[in-house]
Amino acid sequence: MTVSKTATSPGPRTARAGGPPGGGYGRSLLAQDRRFGYALIAPVLIVLLAITAYPLVYNVWNSFHHDNLLIPYLRGFSGLTNYKELFTNDQFLPALVHTVGFTVVSVAIETVIGLSLAVALNKRFRGRGIVRAAIFIPWAVPTVVSAELWRSMFDPQQGFVNYLLSSLHLPLAHTTWLDGTWTAWTAILIADAWRNTPFVAIVLLAGLQAIPSDIYEAARIDGASAWRTFRKITLPLLKPALMVALIFRTLQSFLVFDVVYIMTSGGPGTATNVLAYLDWKAFLVATDFGYGGAVSVALVAFALIIAGIYTRVFRIEQPA
Amino acid sequence: MSALVKGAGAAGGRLAVAQRRPAAQRRTVKRAGFGLLMTLFVLASMFPFYWIVITSLKTQSEVNQGTTSLLPGHITWSNYITDFTKEDFIRPLLNSAVVALSTTILTVVIASLAGYALARTQMRGKTIVLGFILVANFFPIIAMVGPLFIAYRRLGLLNSYPALVISCLIYTIPLATWLLSSYFSQIPKSLEEAALVDGSSRLRTLRKVIMPVALPGVFTAAILSFMLTWNDFTFALSFMSTPDKFTAPLAIVNLGQSQYQTFYNLIDAAVVIISIPIALIVIFAQRRIVTGLTAGSFR
Repeated sequence: MTVSKTATSPGPRTARAGGPPGGGYGRSLLAQDRRFGYALIAPVLIVLLAITAYPLVYNVWNSFHHDNLLIPYLRGFSGLTNYKELFTNDQFLPALVHTVGFTVVSVAIETVIGLSLAVALNKRFRGRGIVRAAIFIPWAVPTVVSAELWRSMFDPQQGFVNYLLSSLHLPLAHTTWLDGTWTAWTAILIADAWRNTPFVAIVLLAGLQAIPSDIYEAARIDGASAWRTFRKITLPLLKPALMVALIFRTLQSFLVFDVVYIMTSGGPGTATNVLAYLDWKAFLVATDFGYGGAVSVALVAFALIIAGIYTRVFRIEQPA
Repeated sequence: MSALVKGAGAAGGRLAVAQRRPAAQRRTVKRAGFGLLMTLFVLASMFPFYWIVITSLKTQSEVNQGTTSLLPGHITWSNYITDFTKEDFIRPLLNSAVVALSTTILTVVIASLAGYALARTQMRGKTIVLGFILVANFFPIIAMVGPLFIAYRRLGLLNSYPALVISCLIYTIPLATWLLSSYFSQIPKSLEEAALVDGSSRLRTLRKVIMPVALPGVFTAAILSFMLTWNDFTFALSFMSTPDKFTAPLAIVNLGQSQYQTFYNLIDAAVVIISIPIALIVIFAQRRIVTGLTAGSFR
């Protein structure tokens, strides 16, 4: 398995490997080599700038302007109107609270289950390949599949969940899940965790496999207990993988859209409205690109803050 | 774990007496508990699939009766037939295939070029480029929707394949570039030196010497790109407005809904259909996907 090799930073390595084949190029050959590099990288840079930098700049610009397709006569500079709108309307702040709550709970669930799965799958046992594939598949299917699948599982009459509850004579067997605030959140969280926990497990499993086994050997000889070994050896060495999994999952959860759109459309009422859904509606339902731009700028800012917090919390000495 | 299946059922009974038994038997209990846990995990991830498969095989009257059993009753293929004929689900499947394949090919070509530049030339600003690619990977895609909508509207690209392909590159390009540059930098330099000495141009060397050697990496990048694009919902929802241009995920959401009822058997049949290619890819290329995913996400 080359996981540990490919897992290290391509940055410094590519810099080292970047020398011209054979070495000893003259100045003009070096310039030629560089020009060749720029030419090769240009398409990717142009595409990425067009679909990330351009929208970002456009959103910032728009957030200071009136730009609503439905109100064509009202255009031009609007100052901070759109941002004031964020904090004074009754949509944005509740959606922010929902989004943060959802992110914290979903990431916590997925990390705990994902970590236990990764530890279990790191052991050798018969049928491990099958178990791994089975657990892996939910991550690979489209979000539409997970959302529709759990919508159908949670259907009050035809779904599995109520059938299970009533056959076990448990309460809530007649719940109309997606019609209540907390039950709708439960359904969304389960659908989201079902699809995304495998991702956490995969990344952490790769991290576990990169830990050299002789460390465990040494711990065993020293008579360390399993729990102590896990806390003192596994967790610290797993930190880089943990950080990758957490950053990815936190940002994705924070921007959750598909599942909410399909399962509840933000309902009942606005009980499961989240920021990404709010932004999408501002753009494509209200066609208010000024307000949508302001929400987008807020989303980008939050994403930066989240990434910044993680890199600070996980600031660790990079393994050589 | 030889006791994986056998031990799972007996675990409950054995736990009570575990304390007094010798070490060997304690280990059996432990194994049984582990087996039980694994069985639970597999059930949790696979049962929903079983559920939609049996729902997709139910007649409308069976569905209307509500759930009475976990076993499929009278099996009917009529939902699949309805999906493919009346609901015209073939069209969105083809649209999805066209978009996913175009995006994949475009991604592999330009990400290979960029990956090679990052791995094997002395261009300046590599760190900045890599940093930008990484940040782009985390860009909130919902924030792209508004500005791209306006841009596509001006360019007359709304409701067209190119709009979707261009947008979907945000899923694929960062991962593929990262993956391929780390793959290229592992290929021994002597290979291309030999070709260059023989007078082959660098672009030709990349195509004829490097790419064949890097084929596993290219293949991994292609598989991941295909999956990520096949799974897109947000962009299709935002830019495709007529049913003849819907991709499969978008079509599913609009399928089997009437004002009074949701036809889960029709929806679930379509969900089964759209999951099949992905399930096949996972089963046959699992290791590759895992390697690609971890290489792409680690720094």
